[in-house]
Amino acid sequence: MRLSLAAQKKRRVRYSYLALIPFLVFFLFPLYWMLITSFKTDTEISSLKGVPLVIQSMPTLAHYKMVLFETRFLTWFWNSFEIAVVVTVITMIISILGAYAISRLRFFGSRHFGVGIFCTYLVPPALLFIPFYKVVGLLGLLNSKWCLLFLYPTLTVPFCTWILIGYFSAIPRALDEAAFVDGATYIQMLTKVFLPVAAPGLIASTLFAFTVSWAQFLYPLAYIYRDEEKVLTNGIYTTLIRGDVYFWGELMGGALLASVPVVVLFAFLMDYYVAGLTRGSIK
Amino acid sequence: MAKVTLENVCKNFGPVEAVSCFFLEVEDQEFLVLLGPSGCGKSTTLRMIAGLEEITEGRIYIGENMVNDMPPRDRDIAMVFQDYALYPHMTVYQNMAFGLKLAKFPKNEIDQRVREAAEILGITELLKRKPRELSGGQRQRVAVGRAIVRKPAVFLFDEPLSNLDAKLRVQMRAELSKLHQKLKRTMIYVTHDQVEAMTMGTKIVIMKDGLIQQVGPPMEIYEYPVNMFVGGFIGSPGMNFFPGTRIVARGAELFIETAGFELKLPPQKGKFIQDRIGQEVILGVRPEHIEDRSFAEKGVFTESFKAKVEVVETLGSEIQLDVTAGEHSLVARVDARTPARVQEEIELAVNMDKIHIFEKEHPSPRVPLEER
Repeated sequence: MRLSLAAQKKRRVRYSYLALIPFLVFFLFPLYWMLITSFKTDTEISSLKGVPLVIQSMPTLAHYKMVLFETRFLTWFWNSFEIAVVVTVITMIISILGAYAISRLRFFGSRHFGVGIFCTYLVPPALLFIPFYKVVGLLGLLNSKWCLLFLYPTLTVPFCTWILIGYFSAIPRALDEAAFVDGATYIQMLTKVFLPVAAPGLIASTLFAFTVSWAQFLYPLAYIYRDEEKVLTNGIYTTLIRGDVYFWGELMGGALLASVPVVVLFAFLMDYYVAGLTRGSIK
Repeated sequence: MAKVTLENVCKNFGPVEAVSCFFLEVEDQEFLVLLGPSGCGKSTTLRMIAGLEEITEGRIYIGENMVNDMPPRDRDIAMVFQDYALYPHMTVYQNMAFGLKLAKFPKNEIDQRVREAAEILGITELLKRKPRELSGGQRQRVAVGRAIVRKPAVFLFDEPLSNLDAKLRVQMRAELSKLHQKLKRTMIYVTHDQVEAMTMGTKIVIMKDGLIQQVGPPMEIYEYPVNMFVGGFIGSPGMNFFPGTRIVARGAELFIETAGFELKLPPQKGKFIQDRIGQEVILGVRPEHIEDRSFAEKGVFTESFKAKVEVVETLGSEIQLDVTAGEHSLVARVDARTPARVQEEIELAVNMDKIHIFEKEHPSPRVPLEER
């Protein structure tokens, strides 16, 4: 029997959801494993008879208690938050101004500048952290969380600038000219026309900058050893792995709690994020 | 209220000369149309007046002020762009108020001006909408409104109607003309559409390849084109040209001889080209000055020739014929009652008072056939 067009379409949608199931399992399984591990007793985690996928004995909150109250988890959380917010603000200021200049002002080499900026993004932290050690030392910021304010923008600024260049360049030139004739200065043109029109791009780059700063692991690990200066990533790692002893329950619980802010942010702004990234990439 | 003067102004893009040096005066309250094919420099000229394009040489005056180094906002101008350039994130009201807000006008004055402009343009109900919720014609009105509220001395229009459909274009044309009469401001309008230029302009500037060809009121340009380009560009359909034409004398009379037919020159025209007898020239006749012989006004359409009909386009009020005569293909606009059939022969009469003769050599200046 032939199906109507609407029914066919419905069916196709249903099949495409089916196809997504493997991906869902692939991406959610680690989280699920972390979740149940964080509620298991140490005995069950280390028991050879235990089944990794289910909780067999009574679930416990002991790991969360330890993470929250017997480590400096809350300090690290605050440090991470502070750093991520400040880095995001710094990044956005630099990227917006940089992208605006590159996409609109004609100056010597302005066209190649954009590509050059993106290339700096391609140099991996693993290559940079040794020379950076020297720089951080010179700044006198070794063992201080504030050194991250100088380091994270090397990751976030190039990418965000690149995304915003794509966004700003997509704004028709007639719009600046109209604003110009209307009497706007370059700064007013930016704040009153470019930023509102490129809002999805701004949201996408803000999210990117925040996420990268939140999740960066190598730099804090390399430069910060004092407990109260640590951020979540190196704090959890250095405190809950002692020698070859892994505090699995606490590690899992801490990591889960650490991911909450990013999940919340994305839940609210995901649509803008996707729209922002794809727009930039068409260019 | 202002006169605009461009003194010896030119524009180069690198080594490329976009607009050659020229002098142009736009009188106060004039509706000046810059007309020409794409790439002729008309938009560049407008943008130089607006201050969006730097000038390579010369001086631009708006009113008494030399504006060479003034940014657009200080030039007392407003501009309407081809693709409207409305701010997509603002409502119609905000779009129109934007310039006034930047100029720090008091709120009630902004409100009054925006409502006044909206009233004139009939967009009062749209004030709360965003541009994407508007049709092309409505957007165009908002763009014009944004210019009106600033009460500038000079309005600049950069092909504002080219994105509208044909019917709307005709309507907006009339509205812009009305607006010009109402506001009594100087307007400078760029277009490649000669109909817009003829219908709206009080003065037309025809440009080609960065060079001004002719400046004058529409009828003057229509009646006395300075060269072949202007003759062909103004009028729709364009003027018919007959290359390889020769002026010959037989006794006291002068004839225009082309490959296929010959026309006797009326004596009052002939006396102007006595000195060209035997020379090769180009004859130009507008389609509307060729008529079916049986419907042609006697005494006006004095000469005639035979032609073969190739295409018949019935327009209702008239018929447009594509015909061949000798080696020439030409277009004629004839009476609607003309019983023309494809591939049949027809006798066409020419209004000899309206013919044009151009020099053979580029840029083919027109040979005057009357005292002016």
